[in-house]
Amino acid sequence: MAITLSRRQALSYTAAAIGAAGAAAVTGKPAFADANTLLNVSFDPTAQLYAAYDKLFATHWATKTGTTPVLHYSHGGSGAQARAVIEGLPADVVTLALAYDIDAIAKKGLIAADWQSRLPNNSTPYTSTIVFLVRKGNPLNIKDWGDLIKPGVQIVAPNPKTSGGARWNVLAAWAWALKNLGGEKAALGYLQKFFANVPVLDSGAHGSTLTFTQRKIGDVLVGWESDAYLSIKEAGPGSYEIVRPSLSILAEPPVALVDKNVAAHGTTAIATEYLTYLYAPEAQDLIGANFYRPSAPAAVAKYASQFPLLDLVTIKDFGGWEKAQPEFFGNGGYLDQSFGASGASFFGVGG
Amino acid sequence: MAGNAAGKSAGRIALITIALLFMVLFLLLPLIVVFAQALSSGFEAYFSSIADPNVQSAIWMTLIIAAVAVPANLAFGIAASWCIGRFEFTGRNLLITLIDLPFSISPVIAGLLEVLLFGLNGLLGGWLSAHNYQIIFALPGMILATIFVTFPFVAREVIPLVQEQGNEEEEAAVTLGANFWQIFWRISLPKIRWGLLYGVLLCNARAMGEFGAVSVVSGKVFGETDTLSLAVESLYGSYETQAAFAVASLLALLALVTLVAKATVEFFLRDEMNAVKRKRTV
Repeated sequence: MAITLSRRQALSYTAAAIGAAGAAAVTGKPAFADANTLLNVSFDPTAQLYAAYDKLFATHWATKTGTTPVLHYSHGGSGAQARAVIEGLPADVVTLALAYDIDAIAKKGLIAADWQSRLPNNSTPYTSTIVFLVRKGNPLNIKDWGDLIKPGVQIVAPNPKTSGGARWNVLAAWAWALKNLGGEKAALGYLQKFFANVPVLDSGAHGSTLTFTQRKIGDVLVGWESDAYLSIKEAGPGSYEIVRPSLSILAEPPVALVDKNVAAHGTTAIATEYLTYLYAPEAQDLIGANFYRPSAPAAVAKYASQFPLLDLVTIKDFGGWEKAQPEFFGNGGYLDQSFGASGASFFGVGG
Repeated sequence: MAGNAAGKSAGRIALITIALLFMVLFLLLPLIVVFAQALSSGFEAYFSSIADPNVQSAIWMTLIIAAVAVPANLAFGIAASWCIGRFEFTGRNLLITLIDLPFSISPVIAGLLEVLLFGLNGLLGGWLSAHNYQIIFALPGMILATIFVTFPFVAREVIPLVQEQGNEEEEAAVTLGANFWQIFWRISLPKIRWGLLYGVLLCNARAMGEFGAVSVVSGKVFGETDTLSLAVESLYGSYETQAAFAVASLLALLALVTLVAKATVEFFLRDEMNAVKRKRTV
């Protein structure tokens, strides 16, 4: 019954296994060190966009240089991704949810401080906005921000402490409340009621979308316009409806070269082209097809019906992220004040 | 009398029904769901999602990580059981506590500790980056994290076995002039082989299925530093439900194989423990 393996055999097998695996581990040098290899560290809602863009860019780069590039990507919560790059994730480019997260990397010296002026439109090749996604027929007749805080409405939204998209949510809600309810105090009251109506705070925008569409929780999802379109595309036409509030925010997810990493990897050329090409007409068209708002005139005209013009505030109206981040999301900021009153949980699902 | 017996058997049936229902609800049903979802678009789609280069890379990563972590903890487990089971020394209890530490620490914290240690802003990060070593967000970090969380499995299985069995055979061997390696290969190792195998199985299952710690240090580069369990998450998150469940079914199969192997090993292990006890009572 005993295993008929001689000691010597067992020993040599074990040694071989350890040796082979150990060799793989040591010589398995990060594959990011090749001039044709690129790592794009992005945030969750852009997974489809960059899967499509990588194909387009690979063709473009191959015709331009004659070599097929190896493109890697990583997706996660925007803040967590920025953190990973700061701790040494060897990103060549970052394409995150908001400028504040890229600023955080720049502060550690990995990206030049003037990164946002290096590419057109504040280094933002595509924009989006915050909309509501409701279930078929809009049973609760949700039209605007004011309808969200009615008793009994269940809002699905991610946690602004961890999610970039959620921060855009809070700022959009704040702008509407300030304009329509008058005064900071009223706006704070609005946020309190808003979070009191949120049964699940996911850690990222994508988690929220899945909570709303797959777990069927909640009456309204507040989040990225691109995610709303994607949910309808996944579930089929007529499954959900997009509701556009009277006032929202121009969500600007910027892109940047990670200077220190591309210098170390020798990937400056491909990384620069990867970001610049996002502004090319064919890439802009792809951006529109993937539900982000393009900026090139031809693509804007083509997708005009998909992206109706809205009354939008911008981050500048809040004095930029440098001011808005501590004011709203820092310790003791507006967000903490509204959480404290509503008793909503800080703990989202997932990591 | 008869009524009492009927009541007893009714109670028994109720208990058994509850247990069975519970098992069906929490074990069988999820398993069926995993395979049903994985095969929802037919076998062709199932195999093509597994043949996807990114998933193939995740399978390789998982195998490589287990191929390093399991032998490492096998060697450590044998050494620790030898040391703790056969000798009395100061700090012995501390060592036992340390071995158990990974059980009581959340795997996410284990991953974060690694970031604090090897991250660019961590304790050793500056030196590592200056010498061009990539530990976290690469294979070495993922292996370290896995070794950490699977640390106790082999040792915890083997230590009690060694303590139970005692030293008589080894002492006899010494008096007959056997050297250390002869004793180790011919006496000590055969004595603990089933316990060792049991520990290795558990260790391997955990190493291949680990999520938390590896997730923190992987960087989640799809097709590069994704393991099977990380691939399930990222596929599910990008609306590729069928592919996510196809990958999940691989992990489920691994669990089933482990279960069967475990049952087999347990059978031999019980035999051996009984033999030890019989010997004691004689």
